[in-house]
Amino acid sequence: MAKRDIVMKKPKDTRGALRRLLRYLGPWKYVIAGVLGLSLISNLLNLWGPSLAGSAIREAAAGPGRVNFEAVGRYASLMLLCYLGSALLGFAISLSMTVVSRRVARNMRQDVFSKLMRLPVGYFDRHQAGDIISRVSYDIDVISTCLSTDIVQIMSSLITVVGSLIMMISISLPLSALTLVTVPVAVGYTVHMRKITQPRYSRRSKSYGVLNGFVEEMLSGQKTILAYAYEKRVEERFDSINTDAADAFADAEHYGVTIGPTMTAINNLGLSLIGLLGGVLYFQGHIDLGRISSFVLYSRKFAGPINAIAEIFNELFSALSAAERVFSLLDEEEETADAPDARLLTRIRGDVKAEHVSFGYLPRVTVLHDLNLEAPAGKLIAIVGPTGAGKTTIINLLMRFYDPGSGVIRIDGQEIRTAVRRSVRGAYAMVLQDTWVFRGTIFENIAYGRENATMEEVVAAAKAARIHPFIMRLPQGYDTVITEDGGNISKGQKQLLTIARAMLYDAPMLILDEATSNVDTATEREIQKAMRELMKQKTCFVIAHRLSTIESADQILVLRDGDVAEQGTHRELMDRKGFYYQLYAAQFE
Amino acid sequence: MKLIWKYAGPYRWFILAVMLVKLTGTMTELMVPYVLEHLLDDVVPASGDAWPVVLWGGVMLFLTFATRFLNMTANRMSVRVARNSTYALRRDLFHTALNLSGRQIDRVGLPSLISRMTSDTYNVQSFVRMIQTMGIRAPIMLLGGIVITLTMDTGLAVILCVTAPIMIALITFISWKGIPLYDKVQQRMDSLVRIMRENITGIRVVKALSKEPYEEKRYGAANAAMARQEVRASVIMSLPGPVVTLFLNLGLILIVVIGARQVDAGVTAPGVILAFLTYFNMILMGVMGLNRIFMMMSKANASAIRIAEIVEMPEDLTPVPEAAAEKPPDDGALIFDRVSFNYDADEGAGLHGQFLGEQRLKSLKDISFSVRRGGSLGIIGATGSGKTSIVNLLMRFYDPQEGRVFVDGKDVRAYDRDSLHRKFGVVFQNDVIFADTIRENVTFGREVTEPMLRQAAKDAMALSFIEGYEDAFDHGADIHGANFSGGQKQRLLIARALAANPEILILDDASSALDYRTDADLRRAIRERHGEATTVVIAQRISSVLALDEILVLHEGEMIGRGTHAELMRTCPEYQDIDIYRTQMSEEVT
Repeated sequence: MAKRDIVMKKPKDTRGALRRLLRYLGPWKYVIAGVLGLSLISNLLNLWGPSLAGSAIREAAAGPGRVNFEAVGRYASLMLLCYLGSALLGFAISLSMTVVSRRVARNMRQDVFSKLMRLPVGYFDRHQAGDIISRVSYDIDVISTCLSTDIVQIMSSLITVVGSLIMMISISLPLSALTLVTVPVAVGYTVHMRKITQPRYSRRSKSYGVLNGFVEEMLSGQKTILAYAYEKRVEERFDSINTDAADAFADAEHYGVTIGPTMTAINNLGLSLIGLLGGVLYFQGHIDLGRISSFVLYSRKFAGPINAIAEIFNELFSALSAAERVFSLLDEEEETADAPDARLLTRIRGDVKAEHVSFGYLPRVTVLHDLNLEAPAGKLIAIVGPTGAGKTTIINLLMRFYDPGSGVIRIDGQEIRTAVRRSVRGAYAMVLQDTWVFRGTIFENIAYGRENATMEEVVAAAKAARIHPFIMRLPQGYDTVITEDGGNISKGQKQLLTIARAMLYDAPMLILDEATSNVDTATEREIQKAMRELMKQKTCFVIAHRLSTIESADQILVLRDGDVAEQGTHRELMDRKGFYYQLYAAQFE
Repeated sequence: MKLIWKYAGPYRWFILAVMLVKLTGTMTELMVPYVLEHLLDDVVPASGDAWPVVLWGGVMLFLTFATRFLNMTANRMSVRVARNSTYALRRDLFHTALNLSGRQIDRVGLPSLISRMTSDTYNVQSFVRMIQTMGIRAPIMLLGGIVITLTMDTGLAVILCVTAPIMIALITFISWKGIPLYDKVQQRMDSLVRIMRENITGIRVVKALSKEPYEEKRYGAANAAMARQEVRASVIMSLPGPVVTLFLNLGLILIVVIGARQVDAGVTAPGVILAFLTYFNMILMGVMGLNRIFMMMSKANASAIRIAEIVEMPEDLTPVPEAAAEKPPDDGALIFDRVSFNYDADEGAGLHGQFLGEQRLKSLKDISFSVRRGGSLGIIGATGSGKTSIVNLLMRFYDPQEGRVFVDGKDVRAYDRDSLHRKFGVVFQNDVIFADTIRENVTFGREVTEPMLRQAAKDAMALSFIEGYEDAFDHGADIHGANFSGGQKQRLLIARALAANPEILILDDASSALDYRTDADLRRAIRERHGEATTVVIAQRISSVLALDEILVLHEGEMIGRGTHAELMRTCPEYQDIDIYRTQMSEEVT
């Protein structure tokens, strides 16, 4: 098993992707077997049709007054049965394959999401949301479309080609040989054209991508562009991108549009040859007109899949490479599972200790060098320092979003790496600088951390976070739906909502990372009154630019380039007249 | 459709040529089976030797190659038309979009504007390409097939004339039922993607609160709903294929039966039946083609309407003639004279829903101020108090409902837009870094010399980190400056504002991500090196505006205080309120 997984991780491993895709089809293997059986029958019926028609025409060709109507009628009713049956089967087949492929897609989407939930936070720091989402919205869709049509199509193409060929040979060997001549021509031509068009179509998609990106970027900066009278330059750049896109389209299509007419020509060529040779054979009395008729019908059936084969394989390969993208996501390394003997942190007092912790997001780029920190239960620890000094990294380590490279962090003496992750995270309530709300009512957003919260509790939290009056002014109050990116409320209000959420969550410890950076000073002070209530008896970690927020801290950690530069209370640090003093004095200049 | 014609119109003679070529090509294509039938029915039985057969075979071959040549030429010509007309359409659309007023953009919404520029133009492009050839081919196949069969044998042709409309009606009916179902699928997909996006952006919160199982359940429900909806739509949409084939085949059976009767009566030759079967196929393809054309047309039409809405938007905020412009009340460089403003005046809250409307209605009420040349103004107030609206009006992204705005002694409405904007150096709240070099992001197409560039970067406290890159000013920024920290971005934006030594400098919340040290250095540099510029600073912190000539205190769109720091400390209780904290602390420092 493990060995196979390694093989699968290799890029461009089409066979591996195929095998895993088939595993997803596993639960429906009997349905699929049934469908394939039905499609065999349905195609045989379809093939039988022209032969019946040929027989009927042969009967009719007897000439005026000599037509055997009984035979014609018999063939006609057989044709009717045959076509009715094949239509019914066709519908049943496409229906069941649709259901199967949608179920497979659903399972894949669910697997991807569950996987996302198990991935470490670092994965999301490294990958763009748009890219992850496109695997669910686009790639899985490609796979599902391919499953619903291509399996049956490949099967029926195969049957049609083989079946038609057999029928054709049974009618006339020389004519069949003639038809077969056109096959390599058609196949060779498609392969040749694919080589020509493929790079051109991918250039077209690429240039569309560039165009989309440019338009999005420029229109979202429209105000800035106008403010600097930069629009001429932007339009010039757009013109060259637009020209590229138009040219890429024209270039790809220029070759693309020759395929259809050429394929028709190859078919007609075959038809002409059949007409010629058929005529000759007729002269020699080898064949009658009815048989030529059925032969023409079969040769058309035969040509169809041959023409479509390039397209089918195109789809199949794009589905497989889509599957590869999905599987590569599913193969990402997960957060290490809790050890079997991991301890559940319960009744937390809130003593937090970090000993000789070093950490870097990338190998060899150390962000924290040798961090030592002691936060006794119920104390307020402030972390300050210039942008990029490593403040947020400490939070990442405390919450076990990342594990340190070396050193240990303990809660109540228990090393957090050996504790159940859930219980470590549950120990903190957290308000971050990047506020997060989801599409749902305000009530749901505040109650997010605590299921079964009552309306009274939510309102109390909102009041404490000073957002209650704003909520009451909304048309639907607490039932107002806010959107994903919070576009309809301001940044400051979002921050207040997340503060209310943390207040309701009520964990034994608290992390505030720039929690009030988008709130004006007056509101901030209001919130702090409430916060002080919330922070009582709790170990708190506070990061803030505004030093006023943190001067009452029991201990202040001054970070500089990943090291603790100074440590002490506000008064001690002010007396020292060091780095902290400089930072502090700067705000009054 | 009118829009499409407007852009394809200039090529009408060319399009006519395309259609003629395609028409000829379709004709020759239709003649191939006709000749085959002739060959098998008349030539072969009648002639004693092989020459006529070879001759007619040659005709077929000729037709085959002529068809390919003509169709290919027509297709390629149509590609030209599609390319050129879409290019022009996109150019005009981008031009209009870029020059829309703030109010117009609010009305359309940015995401919608972007999708009109991209996927809608692609739709129109492929429609323009296809309609020129398919628009000929499908009707000709259908009509031509019917006409030829009519001339061949009227009785048999009637069968075609009856089945074809039934098929068209069936396909149309099914599509008409099915397409709305796909809209629903799309909606389900949207909510699925939304939940995913929420979880990706909020992964820290989800994990911190251990909500993974809850989120999986939430996603699972949406996922199941999506799958159900998809199956429902697919059931309907998998009908047309088998149904159409069935009808085609029923027609075939009828032709065989009736054909046999007619052969018996001596009215029809057996070869005709065969040719009929071929033409029947052709007519079917015509029907399918027409169906595709209608689907494409409705899709392209929807796109064209969306594009036309933008392209045909009247130019907003055009300069008023000098005569209509008003005279400023004093000689300040920036003057607001009794200005009242809200964002959604003309269409109420309609398009954005109540929520946004409610929030935005309180923009500005009766605001007046005047800043002397080289003077400075600070604007302070709570989130949503209307600070940014003042910038929007100063630079005329909007016109106020009441009152006048003057810049440099002239009504802003009397300026040509670019010459008004050239006076400003501005950093907006949430301003943008573009995916380009640092140099281009700072100079921004203006005539900024290398020394000016360096100086601006230095004044904006950005020089040290820029020079930390090996390629310094040629270092590339990612889209939205994603490879810079918040503080670095703000410093680059400030450098951009300072680079051309503007007459007027506007900083809207431009230093919120900077620590106090850097912020203080920045303020000093601006004071010392850009003292002659008229400056407007919008901020949350008092320290950012403290030293300015005059400070406005805004509260829900109203001016509740105006004066110097010292004056406000005496007259404005709200200002004092914001300030108490600061003074308490500064006592410790001094």
